[in-house]
Amino acid sequence: MDGIDTRQLVLDPQTANDYKGKVDPDWCPGCGDFGVLNSLRKACLDLGLKPHEILTVSGIGCSSNFPGYFNSYGMHTLHGRALAVATGAKMANHELNVFVTGGDGDGYGIGGNHFTHTARRNVDLTYIVMDNEIYGLTTGQLSPTSSLNMKTKSSPHGSVEFPFNPVTSAIMNGATFVARGFSSDTKHLTMLMQQAIEHKGFSLISVFSPCITFNHDNDVGFFKPRVKKLEDEGHDTSDWKSACEKAMLWGDTIYTGLFLHVKDRPSLGAAEPVLADGGAISRRPLGLSKEQTDKIISRMM
Amino acid sequence: MSSGQFDFSLAIGGAAGQGIATPGNILARTFTRRGLWLNAYNAYQSIVRGGHIFLTMRISDKQIHSHGDGLDMLLCLNQDTMDRHLRLMGPGGRVIFDSDKIKPGEVPEGVQLCPLPIKELSNKSRNKVIQNTIALGVINYLLGLEFDVLENALKLQFGRKGDAVVEENASAARAGYDYAAESFAPYPEPLATGPKPLALWTGNEALAMGGAAAGVKFYTAYPMSPSTGVLHWMAQNARELGIMVRQGEDEIAVANMAIGAAHVGARAMCATSGGGFALMTEAIGAAAMMEIPVVFINVQRAGPSTGVPTKTEQGDLWQALGASQGDFERLIVAPTDALDAFRTIPEIFNLCDQHQCPGIVITDLLISEGTFSADPDDIDLQPEIDRGEIVTNGAANGEYLRYELTDSGVSPRALPGLEGHAHVVATDEHDQDGVLISDEYTNPHKRRHMVEKRARKIANLVDKIAPPELEGPADADVTLIGWGSTHGVIKEAIALLAEKGVTANHLSIRWIVPFHAETVIDICDAAKHTIIVENNYSGQFHRYLRSETGLTIDGHIRKYDGEPFMPHHIVDAVLEQVAGRTTHSVPYQEIMV
Repeated sequence: MDGIDTRQLVLDPQTANDYKGKVDPDWCPGCGDFGVLNSLRKACLDLGLKPHEILTVSGIGCSSNFPGYFNSYGMHTLHGRALAVATGAKMANHELNVFVTGGDGDGYGIGGNHFTHTARRNVDLTYIVMDNEIYGLTTGQLSPTSSLNMKTKSSPHGSVEFPFNPVTSAIMNGATFVARGFSSDTKHLTMLMQQAIEHKGFSLISVFSPCITFNHDNDVGFFKPRVKKLEDEGHDTSDWKSACEKAMLWGDTIYTGLFLHVKDRPSLGAAEPVLADGGAISRRPLGLSKEQTDKIISRMM
Repeated sequence: MSSGQFDFSLAIGGAAGQGIATPGNILARTFTRRGLWLNAYNAYQSIVRGGHIFLTMRISDKQIHSHGDGLDMLLCLNQDTMDRHLRLMGPGGRVIFDSDKIKPGEVPEGVQLCPLPIKELSNKSRNKVIQNTIALGVINYLLGLEFDVLENALKLQFGRKGDAVVEENASAARAGYDYAAESFAPYPEPLATGPKPLALWTGNEALAMGGAAAGVKFYTAYPMSPSTGVLHWMAQNARELGIMVRQGEDEIAVANMAIGAAHVGARAMCATSGGGFALMTEAIGAAAMMEIPVVFINVQRAGPSTGVPTKTEQGDLWQALGASQGDFERLIVAPTDALDAFRTIPEIFNLCDQHQCPGIVITDLLISEGTFSADPDDIDLQPEIDRGEIVTNGAANGEYLRYELTDSGVSPRALPGLEGHAHVVATDEHDQDGVLISDEYTNPHKRRHMVEKRARKIANLVDKIAPPELEGPADADVTLIGWGSTHGVIKEAIALLAEKGVTANHLSIRWIVPFHAETVIDICDAAKHTIIVENNYSGQFHRYLRSETGLTIDGHIRKYDGEPFMPHHIVDAVLEQVAGRTTHSVPYQEIMV
């Protein structure tokens, strides 16, 4: 009756399983998010990242429970606010690898404003969105990415709203690494995650991560025959126009893979002179020097 | 001017865009360098061009605590200023204006007009604000200052713009000075001199400097009057002081960025006004739940909603008390003046760090945008810094409990990046190890433990905070109670009341939460006649006082027209209440600004 068993975290992971968090996911069996979680564990193992060097930040929703299932420092913040919290954390300690995890409602709906501006600022973090085109934790309402005509509890007669396109939006907002993945193809997703983590700037991986319980329109069976990898098509990741055209396709072919990769734009941290030297500001000594205080007072005289 | 003390007030009125700030700044610097105390209040509106700006500057050789009641000098830059303010000038006052453009109207008895033929004096300059410099020359002469004082001030003000600009202004100032010498008599009492030069700052600068002194490394804000001055100071000094300054896309982002920065170990602060504070409130609860120390500043302006963006009010007390859903404590402090605002920031940071909780500084436009002198020796930019319990080593075995249940309720913080202490902080209710208990693992006993743990951190905090003290004679006829920015004006009203034969003392409240209820009860129980002074309509502090103490207060003085109290407002109200004519006074704002 004293609750659940919790796992002791592994300090120096040798296998993907060593990136398991203190508890196991409470997601529905068959949820796409398992594939995303497993892919990130594998990507971190392959990159040799230490759990204490990672900060995983999430908002609220099924997929935002992610940090609890992952061996790293974690912040399970407010609905929609993960990117803002992560921006503050990254700027205050730019030596951390910062991951942001969450869903389509959290990131593209309530958190849409921060999505725009975090992309624009090119904050060096990896944003993994588990997009199931539905609100799951609230038991099945419209999400910003729900398809036109989709019937949900909040749109019983079918949605009349045009869905949000995360990939084109991210590109238009200035994101420098924009990719789409599919939770059932963990090998491909792991590869995208590795690239995203290594990218110096804002990286988005919007993952089709189907909800087995509330979205019967866009399930694994819907995506499996449609998804095609850009890597197999010879897509030029420096061509933003072509990237947008391909990201708009939503029919027999739905592209996954890396749409856009801008390599020459400095991240916010790299552009910020305060971080030029002295290490993470969170670790710098507090207080002002005599020279600084004298200067401040002299300007007031 | 009152007896025994040099006490002089001048005002400059005009439209936005007429360049009032520059002569105001030159005069303020001249006065404080001379060692005079200064208290300036700028009444303005939320427009960039036009409208009516009215800068009141009071100076004295003794410490002063408000912008005062009367004017000795008025500089009118437009007809509107003349029309609004001439009638309020008293005997001995001088009114300076451009006689080519401005007509004085009916002049009160004893007021001396100082008309200036600006066209002639400006020597056909095309500089549209040259009349301001000419007027400075006149003002300097009337105050009995040597011309070189002004010339040096102009060099300092315009030096960066090059010799030609300095020269143009110096010759215009000379023309004004010489014209005044030929045409007007100086004030009978020349400008006093203090023992040593004083510093000059605004309340917003004081808040920002308090942050810098406290070791703030992350400052974030969305521009919002009347708090934006904090952002400006921080941005200006960021690189030199190694402070990360970020302008957020909205106050929601601001508050959450501050939480992120604070969680990884930086001292993080943000400032806003009521509307922005409304957007921050969910994050304040998040900081409380995750136990992250962050300082939020709410610089109040007249509300509700957009309200009157450039006017002052104390209307957000209950917004601060109720900021965020849920049942939790947050620290709330209301600084009493600019110097106190400066000192409050390191104080609340230490408390927030020690107790791992959010803190709210609630102040208002009167302090934040006022310009004040300060004794540089009082500005301690190297205060004591206490970061509370932070884990820097210890068992790095992965068994760290972020929310370990302790007697004090405080669990040592491990900052992200420290090996062997990985954990998740959560806005969901969680167990000692950070694992959520809000979903399928619901456990009422654990929930109760965590609620009590968070409450325990704050429970004894009141002992760390100095209790409020009664200022003035214990057996006074009247006890005036105020909170935050009304401190100065109440203090001055008390001195004026003494001249009218009414003795009053003063209970000034800084700390709202935690609240020294026992002390306040003792003071009020011993008082003969209690009156609360508040810059709002509904008596927000009165309601809070009753909720914390059960006290009944005898009278109320409330002002909610957007303008701050002037000493005579309180004096007149106290006199009518002491005479038994009313228990609720709403002072009339005579100056139309």
